[in-house]
Amino acid sequence: MKEIILIKNGELALKGLNRSTFEDILVKNIRKRLKSLGEFEYTKAQSTISVIPLSDDIDMDEAANRVGHVFGIAGYSRALQVDKDMDEILVNAPKYLDSYLENIKTFKVEAKRSDKNFPYISPEISAMTGKAILTKFPHLKVDVKNPELIVTIEVRDKYAFIRGNQLKGAGGLPVGTSGKATVLISGGIDSPVASYMMSKRGLTLNAVHFASPPYTSPQSEDKVHRLLQKVAVYSGNITLFTVGFTEIQEAIRDNCPEDMFTLIMRRFMMRIASKIAFKEDSKALITGESLGQVASQTLAAIACTDSVAKMPVFRPLIGNDKDEIVNLSRQIGTFNISIEPYEDCCTVFTPKHPKTKPDIDMIEEAEKVLDIEGLITRAIDNTKVKTISFQEN
Amino acid sequence: MDNSSTTKPSEASIKKAKEMMAYIYGNPSSLHRLGFEAKKELDAARKSISDMLSTSADEIYFTPGGTTANMTAILASARARKRDGNKVICSALEHPSVMKNFELLKDFGYDLLIIKPDSQGKIDLDKLYNAVDDKTILVSCMAVNNEIGSIQPIDKIKKLIKDKKSNAYFHCDAVQAFCKIDIKPKKLGIDMMSISAHKIHGIKGAGALYLDNKIHLSPVICGGGQEKGLVSGTEAMPAIAAFGAAVKDVGNLDDNFEHVSMLRLHLLEGLKNLEYVSINSLDDAIPYIVNISVRGVPSQVMLNALSADEIFVSAGSACSKGHRSEVLKAMNLSSERIDSAIRISFSKDNTIEDIDALLKSIDKTARRVRR
Repeated sequence: MKEIILIKNGELALKGLNRSTFEDILVKNIRKRLKSLGEFEYTKAQSTISVIPLSDDIDMDEAANRVGHVFGIAGYSRALQVDKDMDEILVNAPKYLDSYLENIKTFKVEAKRSDKNFPYISPEISAMTGKAILTKFPHLKVDVKNPELIVTIEVRDKYAFIRGNQLKGAGGLPVGTSGKATVLISGGIDSPVASYMMSKRGLTLNAVHFASPPYTSPQSEDKVHRLLQKVAVYSGNITLFTVGFTEIQEAIRDNCPEDMFTLIMRRFMMRIASKIAFKEDSKALITGESLGQVASQTLAAIACTDSVAKMPVFRPLIGNDKDEIVNLSRQIGTFNISIEPYEDCCTVFTPKHPKTKPDIDMIEEAEKVLDIEGLITRAIDNTKVKTISFQEN
Repeated sequence: MDNSSTTKPSEASIKKAKEMMAYIYGNPSSLHRLGFEAKKELDAARKSISDMLSTSADEIYFTPGGTTANMTAILASARARKRDGNKVICSALEHPSVMKNFELLKDFGYDLLIIKPDSQGKIDLDKLYNAVDDKTILVSCMAVNNEIGSIQPIDKIKKLIKDKKSNAYFHCDAVQAFCKIDIKPKKLGIDMMSISAHKIHGIKGAGALYLDNKIHLSPVICGGGQEKGLVSGTEAMPAIAAFGAAVKDVGNLDDNFEHVSMLRLHLLEGLKNLEYVSINSLDDAIPYIVNISVRGVPSQVMLNALSADEIFVSAGSACSKGHRSEVLKAMNLSSERIDSAIRISFSKDNTIEDIDALLKSIDKTARRVRR
């Protein structure tokens, strides 16, 4: 008798012939996430993946928690595996689900039987289990239309399974099924949320952060590490490239008109991120921009930065209000880190009156005085690489 | 050079703390041999502090730190004197561990008056004189300001209180003054005085409150009745014994003062060549603290740059984002100067070479950042 986790695929069922590839990637992702907890066996059948612990001392609460963060899972449930014996089912169903049953008023039992040799048919299994639960919890009522808890009994070829309500999974597509993309991460509220959202659509992530010591502190780099650890709970490992950006910012400050500082800086960021992405076989960039949120995120400003990116730029938050973004960041646990007050490179040399309707020709003209290629090459040479792994609470 | 934040523990205090952890780990309240040994160490530490302050040993109460000493002095005296009056007064220069406890008293219904400093960063004694009345139960003023090092006229305060025929207690936060200048509470008319171990090369986790024998407080940290019931909780013996060792080990205060004055002079001479630097500390400030503004270089940027050169200073005192130092504001400094203020704070162990390295690093950073 042991507890297992049953996983319901998300949109995978829609994906025709690719389905089994997708499922394989999903299983691989779950496997990676659970590896540190102990050994598990994974079986697939009828768009359900069963995760079966191979020893008794595995922390199944933590395993379920981690499964809940894996993209590509629509829903999952914890189930008790028992011998295919009606008495076993009747004794264990009320016991296994007692913490739920104590706190609700209505329930129903659903039975499924794939082993047609089992001596009871599904309606009989349901009725008998329902009676056993009612005997132990007399305050309960059966409600077949709108129960608070559905107790499911599944009789399969080797074992029978008892489970309660299905929990909602993280949704989306398994990470890796959509390819790889590079997120520009600052340390603010938006970019971790954007990372989460694109990872949800099946992208493997790597990240580029721009550090400008001494204008930015080592604490702000540490903050980015901790943010990515939270994102990695969902996305899996992230390779972080921390680019030394000081020389570029100083060059812009010394040579370009102040009202264009931010835009020229962002164009450098796009160029560098594109180069790193290209080298890493990453096919798109991701930013946390939201239309009109700040001067560098107006339509005209985005057009200016977009024009130097050599690949698609995904901006999943483009249509979101700040409070929506904040809610998501609270949900994924990055908010409290994001609001720590360390300077990031976006706040260094902030112009007092930045251009909100920049003209791309003017920007290009202003940039001409800079040794763009040289600056970029030196910045990329001055890059630290680090793998960020997920950090569960 | 951030010794007003904390100091490097001295060899003597580390040795003492280790000895306490490894061998003399008894609870001083226990009645067996181990407890008695610890009790003797507790008494010895108390004696070394009372010797330094020229008080009697039973006027020293150990606390978990400077903050708790301040908190105990303020809240426990308010509690003891709630029938005597409703007015409490402190200077606007106070450290948050004093200020926040006065604000707490305000929440409890006390009438709180905060005395603004003059442009020299010192408490305005005329304003204080006018403020003290027969309802006043407590006046608090620090000995040395932690941000700019201004030495407060604490020798005048008790007399001023008496002149107003008030019997208010006078509390002094002497955390930045203790073992730096000669501060004898009895001579200065201080009723309660807070000090901290880790600012004088002790280890973190111990402080003390001097309490004049004539004063009775009603405890606000209640429990097992340690420290004559005023500061309950098992004594942090390693930190307390190390505190005693650190005090014994401070050396000659006058010699230290002279050495640090020389360092300060050397720094100020060097800074004269950097025309973009303003000195915020006044001439008569304690030499241990020098607050300067490197105009055009935000505090945090200078701090990061110096840190990369292994030189550690503070950004003003309150460096939380968007919060400007009250003390520097009171001195009518421009926002540019406040935002670029750093605090350099010495210990007796600093050298001329340290200052030269600091000057070099400031200049290098300023040349790069200021455009």
